[in-house]
Amino acid sequence: MSTSRRILIEFAHPAIRRSRVNRRLVDAISDLAGVTVNDLYEAYPEFDIDVEREQSLLDSHDVVVFQHPFYWYSTPAILKEWQDLVLQHGWAYGRDGRALTGKFMMSAITAGGGEESYRRSGTNHFTIGELLAPIEQTAALCGMQYLPPFIVYGTHDLGVPQIEAVAREYRRAIEAIRDGEIVPESVAGASRPEADSGARSEG
Amino acid sequence: MHGEGFFYQAFVYLAAAVLSVPVAKRLGLGSVLGYLIAGIVIGPFGLGLVGEEGQDVLHFAEFGVVMMLFLIGLELQPSLLWRMRTSILGLGGLQVGITALVIAAVGMGSGLDWRSSLAIGLILSLSSTAIVLQTLQERDLMKTAGGKSSFSVLLFQDIAVIPMLALLPLLAHGAVMSGDYGAGGHGTTWVEGLPGWGATLAVAAAMAVIVIGGKYLVRPAFRFIARAHVPEIFTAAALLLVIGIALLMSKVGLSPALGTFLAGVVLATSQYRHELEGDIAPFKALLLGLFFISVGASIDFGIITANPALIIGLVAALVAVKFVILFVLGRVFRMSLDQNLLFAFALAQSGEFAFVLFSFATQQGVLSLATTTPLVAVVALTMALTPLLMLANERLIQPRVGTRETAPNEPDHMDESDPVIIAGYGRFGTIIGRMLRANGIDVTVLDLDSDHVEMLRSLGQKVYYGDASRLDLLRAAGADTARVLVVAVDDPERILEISEIARANFPNLTVVTRAVNRTHAYELIEAEVEHVYRESLDSSIRVGVDVMRMLGVPAHEAVRRGRMFRRHDQEALHKLAGLRSDRRAYVLGVRQQTEELERILRDDRRKFHPEDDVAWDAETLRREVSGTKPDSDEDRSTGT
Repeated sequence: MSTSRRILIEFAHPAIRRSRVNRRLVDAISDLAGVTVNDLYEAYPEFDIDVEREQSLLDSHDVVVFQHPFYWYSTPAILKEWQDLVLQHGWAYGRDGRALTGKFMMSAITAGGGEESYRRSGTNHFTIGELLAPIEQTAALCGMQYLPPFIVYGTHDLGVPQIEAVAREYRRAIEAIRDGEIVPESVAGASRPEADSGARSEG
Repeated sequence: MHGEGFFYQAFVYLAAAVLSVPVAKRLGLGSVLGYLIAGIVIGPFGLGLVGEEGQDVLHFAEFGVVMMLFLIGLELQPSLLWRMRTSILGLGGLQVGITALVIAAVGMGSGLDWRSSLAIGLILSLSSTAIVLQTLQERDLMKTAGGKSSFSVLLFQDIAVIPMLALLPLLAHGAVMSGDYGAGGHGTTWVEGLPGWGATLAVAAAMAVIVIGGKYLVRPAFRFIARAHVPEIFTAAALLLVIGIALLMSKVGLSPALGTFLAGVVLATSQYRHELEGDIAPFKALLLGLFFISVGASIDFGIITANPALIIGLVAALVAVKFVILFVLGRVFRMSLDQNLLFAFALAQSGEFAFVLFSFATQQGVLSLATTTPLVAVVALTMALTPLLMLANERLIQPRVGTRETAPNEPDHMDESDPVIIAGYGRFGTIIGRMLRANGIDVTVLDLDSDHVEMLRSLGQKVYYGDASRLDLLRAAGADTARVLVVAVDDPERILEISEIARANFPNLTVVTRAVNRTHAYELIEAEVEHVYRESLDSSIRVGVDVMRMLGVPAHEAVRRGRMFRRHDQEALHKLAGLRSDRRAYVLGVRQQTEELERILRDDRRKFHPEDDVAWDAETLRREVSGTKPDSDEDRSTGT
């Protein structure tokens, strides 16, 4: 366990009581050693994100996982607020922003549409990997290693046994990242070709 | 009957003022001229409605000048006074000195004894504080450079009266008449017969009493009085303070006006400043009006008609001499032309001190009655002429001069100009004030709890003792320029009263009110107050939200429910407020309150359906997906 990584799950679901899949996913990993679940809508119901607390949580973990339903090809509102407030210039990025350098970032997403809809020929036209480009680039700007996303497709169609299976799979994936069984270098570029790192956004 | 006589006199004076002042104002002549004309009309040479007793009224009404100086002192921070020292001593000293010498020279040239001439010069060098300041204030010219210089000179003249009273007896060369005299006609003084150093010591002691008393005694005393919550007793205390100081000053041979001015300056930084201003101002205004009427009534047209050429010549000469000296001094002190003209025209008369000093000088045998009688008439005429001269300056001369300064050219030191006024600084207002100040927004606070005010001031907060339902106090607190008034007092009646007064008088002021309960909120809505905040609504809803959370409802959902409920309740409030006005006739007692609650609860059940909230609900989507092909069109990629 020398390579054990501490994992921070930044969990965002605005109506957890209406969730079928995400709730199970969280339950499946919340008892894991080395894993911290930070329920953003529970912690900041009025969007008053505590930047200091969030930054110190990031400081004390090696991997940050954005776990959320895929709303309008993106994160729920609070995760955008979280990025805007927590990833400060001079802390997360910029000349002196080194706090996150070398850490890992990953998305864990539940999507209503099936995998086949996230194709050029499908209703959603883009792959989820492509649609996650803003997150991937955010990781890049912060000097983080971007891990391939964990995606649950077609959630509307999943029955209880299938959801249980997905939850077990998620638990194994998180355990593997924690225990260093997934070597990021080996999967880098697996989800999409290397992004053009020349242009940096303003953050 | 004596009482009847008093009421008759009061009726005559009040009727004259009420009839003539609005007309004079309408004609653009200003109130001072209106009062003076009213005095001439009712005087012995007009309708003859007042006779010799007019002289007594004049002496009594002079107290208005004392009150005016107290009020001016209240608006002058000591630091500001200190900054004016050059113009007070330099400009004032030169004006009195040069004018006195020039007039004395003229007197000697016309064959008078040098001692009489010097006495006349000294007496006539003084201008009329009452007329000048009242006219300047009315025309909003007090804060211009010319207005400030005029004030400095008048202040010096008030101080100069003291040595003059000491000097005049030394100029005696005729028979000393027996009789009562004194500064301000208040009888004998304590310092009579004391050697020079003794008198000086007494004067210094009196000044010390005012400064130290004002700093350390008056505040706790007013605090104690304010705690009684009897407004008229506070007014009585304010009057007592002014009259007490005036008496003390007279007893040590000082000008009462100077003493109260000093007291005003000492109290200028106190929390009772606005309240004192509000209490004294009406008395001052009425007494000053009375004073101007008496001056008008005392003009002796008999003497004028007996020798019109001499009197008119003397009036013209006096005004001309004073004007020229003032104008030259203004030049020396580098005033701009327009301000210099204002300054010279404003002070080119002799003042009310001349009446006192002439009679004093006559009694001391310095001047003969034959000399002073026409001079008193001349002084009264120059006083009456002043508003006319200033009017002519403003209408005929200034437009030709060009640059004209009416607005203050430096930050306003005299009044509050914060963007926010908070009325009531209890549990409700304090939080608002703290929050605004923490965000760098300046707040002027009025509160009626003297202990509370004292405590807050000791912590360095800018808090004033005062009743915000008084228009004059709101004005003093800066309601004319403030952007928002927060009415946060706890008495529902007063909240309604304050917001109505504010809305009626300050159209540019946004009024934000505290509603102590639902019924009160209805009343405020009916009174068309725009921003009504029920004091416990938000904290109660917050408790409701937190209880939901304690019962396991996710935080964000509970917060949303709280917000939804708040919106629903606000809508219900405005709707029910409209219904309520139909049955406004009966008093809302406990029974009605219960009925009200029932209505609200029924309304809640009918209108508030949190289960209708479909935010983030994927159920319809799920049904659609499972009802058709799994890969059906979706307009929204919703996860669960």
